[in-house]
Amino acid sequence: MSFLGKLTLESIPYHEPIIMVTLAVVAVIGVIIAALITKYKKWGVLWNDWFTSVDHKRLGIMYIVLALVMLIRGFSDAIMMRTQQALAINGAAGYLPPEHYDQIFTAHGVIMIIFMAMPFMIGLMNLVVPLQIGARDVAFPFLNNLSFWLTASGAVLINISLGLGEFAKTGWVAYPPLSELSFSPGVGVDYYIWALQISGIGTTLTGVNFIATVLKMRAPGMKLMQMPIFTWTCTWANILIVASFPILTAVLAMLTLDRYLGFHFFTNAGGGNAMMYINLFWAWGHPEVYILILPAFGIFSEVISTFTSKRLFGYKSMVWASGAISILGFIVWLHHFFTMGSSANVNAFFGVMTMVIAVPTGVKLFNWLFTIYRGRLRLTVPVLWTLGFMTTFTIGGMTGVLLAVPGADYVLHNSLFLIAHFHNTIIGGAVFGYLAGFAYWFPKAMGFKLNERLGKAAFWCWQVGFYVAFMPLYVLGFLGMTRRISHTDNPDWNFWIYFAAVGAFIIFAGIILQFVQLYVSFRDREQNLDTTGDPWNGHTLEWSTSSPPQFYNFAKDPHVSDIDCFTDMKEKGEAYQRHDNYEPIHMPKNTASGILMAIGITAAGFAAIWHILWLAIVGMLGAFVVFLFRAYSNDHDYYVQPDEVAKIENTHLDKVARGLI
Amino acid sequence: MLIRNLSKAAMLTSILLMSGCEGGVLDPKGQIGIDERYLIVVATLLMLIVVIPVIFMTLFFAWKYRDGREQEIYAPKWAHSKSIEIVVWLMPIVIVIILGVITWGSTHDLDPYKPLEHEAKPITVEVVSLNWKWLFIYPELGVASVNELAFPVNVPVNFKITSDTAMNSFFIPQLGSQIYSMAGMATQLHLIANEPGSFDGISANYSGAGFAGMKFKAIATPDATSFDAWVAKLKRQGNKLDPQSYAELAKPSENNPVEYYGSVSNGMFDHVVMQYMHMSKAMPMDEAQHMEMSHPSIDASLNNEKGE
Repeated sequence: MSFLGKLTLESIPYHEPIIMVTLAVVAVIGVIIAALITKYKKWGVLWNDWFTSVDHKRLGIMYIVLALVMLIRGFSDAIMMRTQQALAINGAAGYLPPEHYDQIFTAHGVIMIIFMAMPFMIGLMNLVVPLQIGARDVAFPFLNNLSFWLTASGAVLINISLGLGEFAKTGWVAYPPLSELSFSPGVGVDYYIWALQISGIGTTLTGVNFIATVLKMRAPGMKLMQMPIFTWTCTWANILIVASFPILTAVLAMLTLDRYLGFHFFTNAGGGNAMMYINLFWAWGHPEVYILILPAFGIFSEVISTFTSKRLFGYKSMVWASGAISILGFIVWLHHFFTMGSSANVNAFFGVMTMVIAVPTGVKLFNWLFTIYRGRLRLTVPVLWTLGFMTTFTIGGMTGVLLAVPGADYVLHNSLFLIAHFHNTIIGGAVFGYLAGFAYWFPKAMGFKLNERLGKAAFWCWQVGFYVAFMPLYVLGFLGMTRRISHTDNPDWNFWIYFAAVGAFIIFAGIILQFVQLYVSFRDREQNLDTTGDPWNGHTLEWSTSSPPQFYNFAKDPHVSDIDCFTDMKEKGEAYQRHDNYEPIHMPKNTASGILMAIGITAAGFAAIWHILWLAIVGMLGAFVVFLFRAYSNDHDYYVQPDEVAKIENTHLDKVARGLI
Repeated sequence: MLIRNLSKAAMLTSILLMSGCEGGVLDPKGQIGIDERYLIVVATLLMLIVVIPVIFMTLFFAWKYRDGREQEIYAPKWAHSKSIEIVVWLMPIVIVIILGVITWGSTHDLDPYKPLEHEAKPITVEVVSLNWKWLFIYPELGVASVNELAFPVNVPVNFKITSDTAMNSFFIPQLGSQIYSMAGMATQLHLIANEPGSFDGISANYSGAGFAGMKFKAIATPDATSFDAWVAKLKRQGNKLDPQSYAELAKPSENNPVEYYGSVSNGMFDHVVMQYMHMSKAMPMDEAQHMEMSHPSIDASLNNEKGE
């Protein structure tokens, strides 16, 4: 084997103009950003205050930045697919040959789920959960930093695949035997394996971290059944992460053994059985969709109760409904392959179990409705996203239950009806939720509010664009169009394919408006400053801190005696109290260990993809040495002295006093 | 009663839906497909009982209780009501119970493995998905075809399906159910056409570069005579599907034209399935066929797959 393994100059797809132009644009943007950072001398800030930070709020922001960057990448794929299908009708070839188109739909799925939705969700969770439970950070701050960098490592690998080699041409599920060496000899599936494997381990660690955090670090007095509802839904999601992500790790490891060492877990030959992969993949994959949606449900609950200025209706129902969804989410995986030939009893069981999930989900919808009932609903941007969700998601839920009927699934499976269904729930549910959360908690994270007008315009583009883009796909599914085809020749489909393409561009306008909103809001930030830390008259503890919160979050541990803890404090006159005696605050120190370990692991992952043995050893060894240094170091914490705390707190409380007058 | 009324509404709606859709799963030409369309319509109508009120209530409540309407009651601390909780839990539970009962029954009725009850004697077609084309073997008639499938109308067709490549899904949308084709095992599907015609057939599971072109025509001939004529046309072809010509056919090709084989060597389908049961795909054909003899009935092992 050569020094660089399978890597040669030929690995660069320089004959593909689309990829080369994309790379050139990315390179130019990269150079501009680097030049700006150099010009304003921000490299030190970036390294010291962000990359090496163990502060959950800063990690949360970095997760969301990663999610937004990957949203652009994943959405570019979506636009390319929709335009390809619009051009490749009546037997025309379109502009993307199958070997390129097949990489695009695979990358779109992987990026949107693993590198857009997951980081967005985990980012919001990082930002908010410790604040909501009155904690100063997560249970394991360094681990949290490492989790982020492992996620980023996966994202880096998947982006390298654009310019070096290829990405998988298997669909985002990478079913064997197609993903086995005999059918996919290139490096594409290896990029898939290592990007998912590395980021998946980061996600598992996040799950462990946050379960420990909510169990051990709640403010004094806060019982489990007094945790804010977003914290509760995140907790259920974290339980799902810890229970399901190891299955993904294991199944990817088995596929790795097949591809690298000639094992026969899932191969056609040698006694392998691909059905095992499909079962294991969905034993992770189905809980995964609830990992995405449950925190979004929590966001909608927070938004609705805050902006109706009312308590959440049926808190206990909400908590247990989320729990029921989590547990049921583990016994429905087979509905992803009713068409694999299981017996009628098996299919019927999994079909009925899937429908049962509609019960707690339906209950949640009614609870949101009765929270609005007799409230005073302020129609802000987060509320618009929530109302959009409640109407859109209901339709997605209905089509989901329809797909859960095996007899219906036999004709709708893998059709564009299915594509419409899961975009209906993931966009209309999870993504709308994250965007609601983004608008809702943005002032908390950044200290100023987002521009409402542009926010509303973005919402309407997304909402209208969603219907225009995905309702035609339901029709196309009924017309017998299956997923993942690069070209068509059925004249009945053409109208609907064009229709859907128009929708994709309306959503595109929504995304652009959102970036414009960020820019305009930043430009006008002085007029929209959040001086009190409580811009929406919030109910929960995160609104009792300054915006952005101090690095230690709470100068004194809050004492909790109600679900709507901050409302309770405001009513009792306990909010914004000045103290004369602060205790020293114990805080974790920033560390470069996380990013350094992740660099080593990224190098090792890259080496594994290209079969460069020496680099794999160097990368893993480097990561391990950094880990040892970290493990044997005693220098990872410090105390903030009471007089410094007093100074910071008094400055903030002075501002609040001026803001409140 | 409820179900019966719903059924009436279902039929009306389905006629309305059909008028807009030609081809596809809402325009079925076979009993299985007709039953499945009926199921889709009934399930959808049942769910609309919850879905329409939820969408309506969302918009109505958002309008009625919007900020600034001081005339409406404002109850900021009201957060619990036993009667509402009971209703919002019970309503979806009742609907899911009804749907569950329908699901249980229909899943058994529409089980792709269940032979159809029909007075006509069924014909058997063995289906092999290849890169990227479909091979149809008629073991009882000793002919085979590529990317064209024919059978008489009103005769049940028993499909035995396997793959000699990645996983595909055998699907004729206008006739109903699909089922995966997987290497080293045979799945089953039972379909019937109630009307003559030529229907689109596809693979509904992505299998690589030539996947989009992996299409065939499923021809339901108007009567037995025209089907016999089709078979006779195949028989006139001089070529034979044997392990050698099969190996040639199995090589990857895209948008493969229709091909016919006038004769087929015995046990071709079993040969395709069993090659993965042995240690290596590279095993010489003769040897593989020889070893097959030691498996007196491949169907026995296939039945085990189903775990029944």
